[in-house]
Amino acid sequence: MSLTAKDKSTVKAFWAKIASKADAVGGDALSRLLVVYPQTKTYFSHWSDITPGSAPVMKHGRTIMGGVATAVGVIDDLIGGLLTLSELHAFKLRIDPANFKLLSHCLLVEFAIMFPAEFTPEVHVSMDKFFAALGLALAEKYR
Amino acid sequence: MVDWTDFERSTILDIFSKMDYDTVGPKSLARCLVVYPWTQRYFGNFGNLYNAAAIMGNPMVAAHGKVVLHGLDRALKNMDDIRGTYAELSVLHSEKLHVDPDNFRLLADCLTIVVAAQMGAAFTADVQAAFQKFLAVVVSSLGRQYH
Repeated sequence: MSLTAKDKSTVKAFWAKIASKADAVGGDALSRLLVVYPQTKTYFSHWSDITPGSAPVMKHGRTIMGGVATAVGVIDDLIGGLLTLSELHAFKLRIDPANFKLLSHCLLVEFAIMFPAEFTPEVHVSMDKFFAALGLALAEKYR
Repeated sequence: MVDWTDFERSTILDIFSKMDYDTVGPKSLARCLVVYPWTQRYFGNFGNLYNAAAIMGNPMVAAHGKVVLHGLDRALKNMDDIRGTYAELSVLHSEKLHVDPDNFRLLADCLTIVVAAQMGAAFTADVQAAFQKFLAVVVSSLGRQYH
């Protein structure tokens, strides 16, 4: 299920529309992840405050969205373009890759809430494929 | 038997009591057929499903979307025994319709997205957790009788 030319242009166009709100989307999606899938909290035991909307959560949401923006920029070669991020996730963070799908779902829900008109089924399928490819690229160096 | 907190029970019933079935049902099934095109395998006699526009405008998809969404009514009326309530429907989907139960999860995800779009900011993380818990129980019950 690799990204077609249409998927790539759809992703870039949608990203351009939401870029100004990316930080809020990221923070809210991460807040959502921690509540809807409580097992994800196990990765943040070192934070003082993991309540939805808290400062550490919103800051980390911005970090994550920065990574997504990078991925949009290297969409023609996600695996090559995200090697450093993959090494980070593989050797330092060691987040179980199953969680990438959970965060993707929360991001899609945020898109539906914040951009109901723009997040059409066609945009949805391209973004879902993009996040799946992104997850694979992040997991590339795991083993 | 699933334990529902008061918040979960009231949230789930509230969402469905306010839901516009005639909009949400069609939109959810159409979105599922677009986002997960392999699900179209079950709808060979639905006519034109060639592209997203055709799917979204297809009257048979719309009608079936309403049927499927109303299928959740029984679970809402019997939240303390969803598994028992859906035993027969599970057998139907397995023996007669031959639907891969993974599809229930895919449709549930699309329903979540459509409801999120309808409810906007009111679809908070806690509301989402309750809604997804309900759908997870439904999905599990529908797959229970497969063998």
